Amino acid sequence: MINPAKRRSVLGWLAASLLALLLAGAMPATAQDGQGGHKLIAKGDKCVRDVDFMRRNHMNILKHQRVETMRKGVRGSQDSLKNCIECHVNPATNSVASSKEDFCMGCHSYAAVKVDCFECHSSKPKASIVGTHPIIAPGQQSEGKDKQSGLSGKIPRQMQAKLASLNMGEGVK
Amino acid sequence: MSNDVDNSRRKFIAAGVAGTAGLVLAPGVTLLDMAHARPAGEAASSAKRWGLLIDSTKCATGCNDCVTACGKENGVASTGHPETDPQWIRKIELKEIKSGRSHSLPMMCQHCAEPPCVDVCPTGASFKRADGIVLVDRHICIGCRYCMMACPYKARSFVHEEHEDQNPDVPRGKGCVEACTLCVHRIDKDQQPACVEACSAGNHGAMLFGDLNDSNSEISKRIATFATTQVRPDLALNTGVRYQGI
Amino acid sequence: MNNDVFRKNKDAAFYFLLGAIGLVALAGLGAAFYMEHYGHVVTGMTNQIVWGLPHVFALFLIVAASGVLNMASIGSVFGKPVYKARAALSGLLAIAMLAGGLMVLMLDLGRSDRLIIAMTYLNLKSVFALNVFLYTIFFSVVVLYLWTMMDRKMHGYSRYVGFAAFIWRLLLTTGTGAIFGFLVARQAYGSALLPPMFIIMSFSFGLAVFMIVQAVMYRWNDRVLDEEILRRLKNLLAVFVAAVLYFTAVYHMTNLYFAKQTDFERFILLDGGIYTTLFWVGQVLIGSVLPLFLLFTAKKSSTVVVASLLVILGGFFQLYVFLIGGQAFPLNLFPGMEQSSSFFDGVIHSYSPSLPEFLLGMGGIAVAALITAIVAKVLNFMPDDTPHPASH
Ligand code: SF4
Ligand code: SF4
Repeated sequence: MINPAKRRSVLGWLAASLLALLLAGAMPATAQDGQGGHKLIAKGDKCVRDVDFMRRNHMNILKHQRVETMRKGVRGSQDSLKNCIECHVNPATNSVASSKEDFCMGCHSYAAVKVDCFECHSSKPKASIVGTHPIIAPGQQSEGKDKQSGLSGKIPRQMQAKLASLNMGEGVK
Repeated sequence: MSNDVDNSRRKFIAAGVAGTAGLVLAPGVTLLDMAHARPAGEAASSAKRWGLLIDSTKCATGCNDCVTACGKENGVASTGHPETDPQWIRKIELKEIKSGRSHSLPMMCQHCAEPPCVDVCPTGASFKRADGIVLVDRHICIGCRYCMMACPYKARSFVHEEHEDQNPDVPRGKGCVEACTLCVHRIDKDQQPACVEACSAGNHGAMLFGDLNDSNSEISKRIATFATTQVRPDLALNTGVRYQGI
Repeated sequence: MNNDVFRKNKDAAFYFLLGAIGLVALAGLGAAFYMEHYGHVVTGMTNQIVWGLPHVFALFLIVAASGVLNMASIGSVFGKPVYKARAALSGLLAIAMLAGGLMVLMLDLGRSDRLIIAMTYLNLKSVFALNVFLYTIFFSVVVLYLWTMMDRKMHGYSRYVGFAAFIWRLLLTTGTGAIFGFLVARQAYGSALLPPMFIIMSFSFGLAVFMIVQAVMYRWNDRVLDEEILRRLKNLLAVFVAAVLYFTAVYHMTNLYFAKQTDFERFILLDGGIYTTLFWVGQVLIGSVLPLFLLFTAKKSSTVVVASLLVILGGFFQLYVFLIGGQAFPLNLFPGMEQSSSFFDGVIHSYSPSLPEFLLGMGGIAVAALITAIVAKVLNFMPDDTPHPASH
């Protein structure tokens, strides 16, 4: 267990690092920063909300929508987890959470925040999307992965060092 | 919403469904029953109460079409451990002890109007949706299994093992309790539950789905005409699943 | 702080004891982790027998926890000095056993990682949720009670808090019994007789546990329990054991009276295989008749300890028959018809408890023992009969 104060500071660092991630979005990627780098995979060019807002609040939006759908039967919202998955699926794995390269896990494994969603929810879209991804064609996947998405970004090296020095703990359950 | 719009939408949907699914529908299953389109963003309403009518005289011993369809739709598959495998719907073979008459029927969550599972659930994970469908909110189910102790129909299963390859519309996983959802994800798309569809597709016509609150629906008319029963009527749970010919 | 009762040469033995109990507790935690990791498929529990051995242990601990507090209640509420001297120890045992029992219940959950949810999302209609309240308040009241007993300045309130604790413990056991009382669909449960029966059971199990802990503490400190006190306590235990037996008889008789229940009664009393054996041999013979005989003839404190152990063992058998036997008998969906399905309708359900379940249950007992041993070592919980001669 992480105590609240520590969690707050971890969250603070997380927010800061995410901001850095965003700012660094335009910076050219170099071969060395492979490890901590997180690629934003997205089919479209626009998220349901501002990207920066989503980075910090996606869980609240999902939680709100889950109540709407589950309890009240409201369907078809753009805020649904299914909709997120449709857009953010990694064409290489056809999933958002099967590997560290995938959209959700990229950040979550880096920040060591456990995702509970996929213990029950499928991390795959309803129909396979390989070959239909508007941004990445299957043939392009092996080389130059990093430059494919306009949203992809890297954390600068000094930022990574700072993050690594923080003991974020394994399981924030 | 004005009646005109509603009607034209109904017609449109009915046409659409007929176009795609008309071939597999058995006679007697009216399309009107399904035409309750609820636009995106609108919540389920208590004006409806979804229910099933099962005619056990038409249900063949040994036929498992509904069970198979349910498993396929909801991703409920056998893991080789029959005692811990979840079963959302099962066929029960019955034999009257006195007369020796034997018959068969599918048993699943009866979507009780007064569900004991909901009453006993400590977290409120078990709940009844406005339109009468009883569901488990897996986000807050703690897996205590009190609801399984309380359900008179043995309708609920505990997920004993990890699962993968869920249907994106039907999340399910280890450590929570689950049961028939009446295919709520299909109902919300104006489709019938998978079991009902399979039963009609196999030309058995033993299952009828519809709105119990609408006196003009096929299911209400049949219930008004024929002798139907609830299972364990002594418990007065007002089940949403009714039977004929028990 | 009266630590001199634990003399130095005993310290090593004490830490050895703590270590041994600690290992059992660790094994319990390990078992829980194993179950959590692989899922309940590694236990003997199924979709037929949904509550298994862990629940038998948890139920015993919780029921006995409220019962053991009886000592304190008799002391404070009815002003009996013999019991007053034992009030503190009984309060400590109550807290320790409740903690152990709740731990087992919690670790058996399919999603024990959702403890926060269990505490914050409460469906007020649920007896389970009601029990969460009952347990929390029970803890607080007993702690407060201990405080009033241990702090001279607070002595004046002891009586009132003791009375509150007495009422609350009755409510608590009623709540535990009601968990089953509401399961109307199952033939074994859904009886209004269950809450009072659980209260009587708690008296008996709780006192038996107390007798053993007390004997161990006297032995450890090389002291001998006054004969008159022993006689009184053992007679009280005998009355409780007889009362449980009586309630068991009434429970089965009323069931036999209702025609639709006779098949279930037949199962438990006549042809239920293991459950019938456990009922007659385990619950009735080992758990009631034998201890009654021992208690009435006992002269030595060791005989009373054996009788108490038998009562506890019999209690486990009783809860096993009640809980597992009650589930093993299939639900009757269609009265008057033979039923069969791939989901085990119409057949007696089988259950074979697994090692992890047993270890988890033992872990609960170990945690209760750890709490008792450590707190009793740090503070003085030894019953002190000196200022109040037993002849009162
Ligand atoms: S049949 Fe069982 S699970 Fe379904 S609503 Fe009734 S009590 Fe709940
Ligand atoms: S298992 Fe889940 S749904 Fe069932 S009573 Fe417990 S918390 Fe509620």
